[in-house]
Amino acid sequence: MRIVVAMSGGVDSSAVAGLLHEAGHDVIGVTLQLYDHGAAVGRKGACCAGQDIHDAKRVADRLGIPHYTIDAEARFAKAVMADFADSYAAGETPVPCVRCNQSVKFADLTEMARELGAERLATGHYVRRIDGPDGAELHRAADADRDQSWFLFATTRAQLDFCEFPLGGMPDKRAVRDLASRFGLAVADKPDSQDICFVPSGSYADVVAKLRPDAMAPGDIVSANGAVVGHHDGIARFTVGQGKRLGNAAMLAGERQMVVATEPATRRIVIGPRTTGTDTVRLREVNWLIPPPSAPLRCTVKLRARDQLRPAWVDSTAEGAIVRLEEATLPAPGQACVFYAGDRVLGGGIICRPG
Amino acid sequence: MMHYLDANATEPLRPEARDAVLAAMAVTGNPSSVHQAGRAARRLMEDARESLAHRFGCQAADLVFTSGGTEADALAVHALGQGRRLIIGATEHDAIRAAAPAAEVVPVGGDGVVDLEALAARLANGPAALVCLMLANNETGTIQPIPEAAALCRTHGALLHADAVQAAGRMDVNLTALGVTSMAISSHKMGGPTGVGALLLAPEYRTIAPLILGGGQERGRRGGTPPVAAIAGFAAAAEAPRDSGILAALRDRIEQAAVAQGATVIGGSAPRLFNTTCLALPGARADTQVIALDLDGIAVSAGSACSSGKVAASHVLAAMGLGALAGQAIRASLPWNATETAVEAFATAYARMADRLRPPLVSHAA
Repeated sequence: MRIVVAMSGGVDSSAVAGLLHEAGHDVIGVTLQLYDHGAAVGRKGACCAGQDIHDAKRVADRLGIPHYTIDAEARFAKAVMADFADSYAAGETPVPCVRCNQSVKFADLTEMARELGAERLATGHYVRRIDGPDGAELHRAADADRDQSWFLFATTRAQLDFCEFPLGGMPDKRAVRDLASRFGLAVADKPDSQDICFVPSGSYADVVAKLRPDAMAPGDIVSANGAVVGHHDGIARFTVGQGKRLGNAAMLAGERQMVVATEPATRRIVIGPRTTGTDTVRLREVNWLIPPPSAPLRCTVKLRARDQLRPAWVDSTAEGAIVRLEEATLPAPGQACVFYAGDRVLGGGIICRPG
Repeated sequence: MMHYLDANATEPLRPEARDAVLAAMAVTGNPSSVHQAGRAARRLMEDARESLAHRFGCQAADLVFTSGGTEADALAVHALGQGRRLIIGATEHDAIRAAAPAAEVVPVGGDGVVDLEALAARLANGPAALVCLMLANNETGTIQPIPEAAALCRTHGALLHADAVQAAGRMDVNLTALGVTSMAISSHKMGGPTGVGALLLAPEYRTIAPLILGGGQERGRRGGTPPVAAIAGFAAAAEAPRDSGILAALRDRIEQAAVAQGATVIGGSAPRLFNTTCLALPGARADTQVIALDLDGIAVSAGSACSSGKVAASHVLAAMGLGALAGQAIRASLPWNATETAVEAFATAYARMADRLRPPLVSHAA
């Protein structure tokens, strides 16, 4: 079978290419050039291609499979980076990996794979695709520590049908590294990628400042009753639930404070006691991996990448969905809320700002 | 089975060049050395220099060996551009664009031919310039009116450097007849080995400041021990016989096959290199086309590949005003040893690819 493998240059997708090649498939490696690496690290004259593209090519050389680099810079700049900055400017905390998966990786790449006559697109994501009675299902990875299902909730059912995730059943990362080693791949011991790929310096604020300087304009920190209790240097530096960067306002009337809302229109950060919370969460851009339920759906939800699973009821609505949590908490607008039944992903959406 | 139709990237090595390289590699010696070994190497190099100078219309003393076309272009801009305004054509190769990043740019027409009136206006409007124009374009094969441009430059006291990297070996190229100040050529674009090229100079500009000083080789114009074996192969490749008629007919067959699938030939109305065609398939990404053809064993290219290997948007096609079509064109360039079999294979693979990539027709039927 002809299979396109999305190769990042990391150990995971390299191992996937090796596995599928070993299984006798007609494997085509593709690496997306998402941004100008030289510009991202701020070095004039630095090559537009980072080490990762070089690594992916060397893995393909070693395996003896064709490899291509696809220019996805324009698409990535708009669908992921601009959206990232806009989301911060709108008082939210975005998840760029979700945007990238849903636009560049699974939409554009599946289309290209089909155009190249491939029957499947394989990636190194830690999720499991299981063929159920009603088609492909998305499940959490066997290795709970590595599970990436939260980031893939926006994959459509049609895309899921076309995709393959060979690492979903791997017991742990060590096993994947061992595989890469067995294939003789130099990336077997390459460190895991960290954080957001297009912010190699680690300062996401610099990226936002460049694209949306308004999100970095100073403003007031106010308490729930509207009293000014401090100042900040840009709403993009704050996420709902955050206790850092509040200065003297971190403790008010003997109570530890956290961000409970950001108000882009007034550039105010609203703080409140750590007990603040809500049990109702509105979602937009909801993607269902089951037929949208006609009655409230009992499931567990995950409100952040590293959050616990929380029991909830989900109502599908015309605008998206309403989630009713059993226990109040404070979700961050812009993050994803993903619905699970056991290990299976049922769907999910983007958390709206309240009001 | 691979069918190689990417000669403008690099030509297959000619057997004559291979023989000359191997023979020269058996000779030990540095051309700068005093002893007989040095003299033997020097003789190989100077024979090659004379042969190349004779073929391309300059004196042997005015031909400077470089590491390739890019260095020859960079050397020309560096040496001849000192104290002059820089003016370049809009479809120049990156070798020129990168060497003259702040240059004024003369537009080209929709056929890719440089706008001579615009050039004249620029020349009349300001101090003495160095103008850089390519003789033949790498992506479209478009041949520029260099003698006419040279005449304009003379009138206005400007110098003209011609990048003849794609043209040399594929058409008659003669520095004196073209009337240019300098000219860059490259060995591997004519079937010689990579790693060597030359800058040819008009006699009155034979003394130029080097980019690399080193031991003062090449009469102080390019330091470093010259690659004698590659130079021998370079000259042998330039002397190799060529039959442009056969290649032109094969190129026309390629165009017919592509046009039958809905492609447009870019720059087809202007004089072009006989081996080059630029084919736009509306609605199909250039990179996908190149990949699809490669998977079917056909080697072509698109745009200018950067070191990542991504296919970047073509500044050449954009300058020709092609808009979105600029990102939907591939280049097929026939090597000296192209065969009918390769052309047939291209036609089959192109039809298959076009079937897959053509945007689905919208049906208005009930």
